[in-house]
Amino acid sequence: MADLKISIAGMEFKNPVTTASGCFGYGEEFRDFYDLGLLGGIFVKAVTGSNRNGNKYPRMAETPSGMLNSVGLQNKGVDHFCEVIYPGLKDLNTQIIVNVSGSTIEEYVKVAERINELEGIPAIELNISCPNVKEGGMAFGVVPSTATEVTRAVRDVYKKVLMVKLSPNVTSISEMAKAVVDGGADVLTLINTLLGMAINAETQKPVISTITGGLSGPAIKPVALRMVWQVFKAVDVPIVGLGGIMNATDAIEFMLAGASVIQVGTANLIDPMVAPKIVKGINEYLDRHNIPSARDIIGALKVC
Amino acid sequence: MKKFAHDFQVVGNTRLNTRHFILELKAAVPLPEILPGQFVQVLVHNSPSTFLRRPFSIHFVDYSTNTLRLLVQVKGEGTRHMGMLAPGDTLNLVYPLGNSFSVPATHKVLLVGGGAGVAPLMFMGDYLNKKNIRPDFLVGFRSADEVSQIDEYSKFGKVYLSTDDGSMGEKGFVTQHSVFKQSPLPYDRIYCCGPDAMMHAVSKLAAEKGVACEVSLENFMACGYGVCLCCITQTDKGNERVCIEGPVFDAARLKWQSNG
Ligand SMILES: Cc1cc2nc3c(=O)[nH]c(=O)nc-3n(C[C@H](O)[C@H](O)[C@H](O)COP(=O)(O)OP(=O)(O)OC[C@H]3O[C@@H](n4cnc5c(N)ncnc54)[C@H](O)[C@@H]3O)c2cc1C
Ligand SMILES: Cc1cc2nc3c(=O)[nH]c(=O)nc-3n(C[C@H](O)[C@H](O)[C@H](O)COP(=O)(O)O)c2cc1C
Ligand code: FES
Repeated sequence: MADLKISIAGMEFKNPVTTASGCFGYGEEFRDFYDLGLLGGIFVKAVTGSNRNGNKYPRMAETPSGMLNSVGLQNKGVDHFCEVIYPGLKDLNTQIIVNVSGSTIEEYVKVAERINELEGIPAIELNISCPNVKEGGMAFGVVPSTATEVTRAVRDVYKKVLMVKLSPNVTSISEMAKAVVDGGADVLTLINTLLGMAINAETQKPVISTITGGLSGPAIKPVALRMVWQVFKAVDVPIVGLGGIMNATDAIEFMLAGASVIQVGTANLIDPMVAPKIVKGINEYLDRHNIPSARDIIGALKVC
Repeated sequence: MKKFAHDFQVVGNTRLNTRHFILELKAAVPLPEILPGQFVQVLVHNSPSTFLRRPFSIHFVDYSTNTLRLLVQVKGEGTRHMGMLAPGDTLNLVYPLGNSFSVPATHKVLLVGGGAGVAPLMFMGDYLNKKNIRPDFLVGFRSADEVSQIDEYSKFGKVYLSTDDGSMGEKGFVTQHSVFKQSPLPYDRIYCCGPDAMMHAVSKLAAEKGVACEVSLENFMACGYGVCLCCITQTDKGNERVCIEGPVFDAARLKWQSNG
């Protein structure tokens, strides 16, 4: 049995497998399937300053090897999170990280301040990359100077581990990575969804209500791997990698490219048991290759 | 309620007509309690264009043989592949999902279904019979060649029939059937499943006649177990998830805007 423990920015993960924001709810629904203590961590659904209804139905289109969504940060706001949802999360035997979203810098700061008070939540993941809200969201994540600004503003009030989730909808991901590290990010998560579109030729209409939406699943994996690799070479902070991970082999590829921890997103929507299967598969891979620790494969890509 | 992801064995695939078939699936472990109105999410293998699972109502449950049945209408790639399954093949299901039809505190019950929307009504009929309730069925089909299983429904209650082209039963949509011309309606509760337009029309009629009505929605779904928020419908409580708070809703609570 290989050692699966990973430590980043002073946080201990019992294994490198975590679940991506928006693809795991608040974990509640997955308790019907397995013990959440099997996971390295859970990144919970985006939390904003106040209640958001999200976008209109239809919010989803199936696309080749992936899906397009336009959920649009539907959630009941940070007060509801702290009062109703947090009590059910704080004693789970896994790391809980809150995905923080907003439309203005003030909103990000307000949410981060509230989450900072919560015991048992060691980190937030700043979502400056959501393509599904009209104002803000992705806008912060595609211009380096505003990305630095929002990160710095949150850094000033947030005292624990600050992760920032990057958008792939940029010309240079390394430049964006450097910008948020300058702003004070401890860890980088990448990637969020790629902006995409689906059309129904029969009805001659867009498939989702917002016309464009976020593409996820195996279709984006090569882009995500490339970005993790580029960022790994460009900055010194740990990386949480994701984008189209469906199995342990995909997860290992992300770790070889430089991710210390991986997130499973869309795959949870297809196989509710996928995350524990990936934990098992990583262990088998390490044993098969006589590698003593999961840490040993981080960024271990052999480039000749 | 505990949910499972299990491989089922295909033990039967019966063609009803050119567009519909029934899959009979056997579980390797004893089936958990399943309620009428609940659904399964099917993983379609070997089809490059079906990435997500496909949701289907549970058409019938037989605990004695440990099997359940799905009534499937061929729509696109996923259902076409399912239609080619043969005994011995396996199919992975996530189940049982969603809420269920309520148990009525009355014997005067009407079950209304159209097209593949009749699927959950067979199971509901059986379930009600076991509670000593014999419901009436009102089922609508496109034409006579799609009318099927009338004898099966008849085991559980009286069956009224309509076809769009009048080739069998009364002509027209279910809402035009003489059952709905009665005043007052001889029912205390209506359960309905079918195309959105039909459910909306039935729920309006029910409201006009002062009869409580539950509908089973079929919104597009990604997960089917409540985590992606893709399947929402607008209700008097805001956006609710059709796969968790539904698929069965009290029709009076729905806004109907989001479902076309
Ligand atoms: C709870 C529930 C229960 C159901 N029960 C049954 C049942 O018992 N029997 C049955 O036959 N069917 C049932 N359905 C419907 C069934 O799930 C679909 O017909 C099936 O998924 C179609 O799959 P496919 O791959 O064959 O077709 P697809 O190729 O996926 O699509 C068929 C059609 O739908 C359109 N479409 C697909 N996704 C979207 C979208 N996001 N937005 C707009 N248009 C879209 C496509 O363009 C196409 O015209 C149920 C659905 C739900 C949600
Ligand atoms: C339905 C859905 C909802 C999502 N919601 C969020 C969200 O609230 N916050 C966020 O940062 N990312 C969100 N994402 C993006 C995922 O966390 C992830 O970055 C992306 O889907 C790529 O990974 P994947 O291919 O493994 O799914 C969402 C993705 C999906 C499919
Ligand atoms: S389909 Fe994912 S929440 Fe309903």
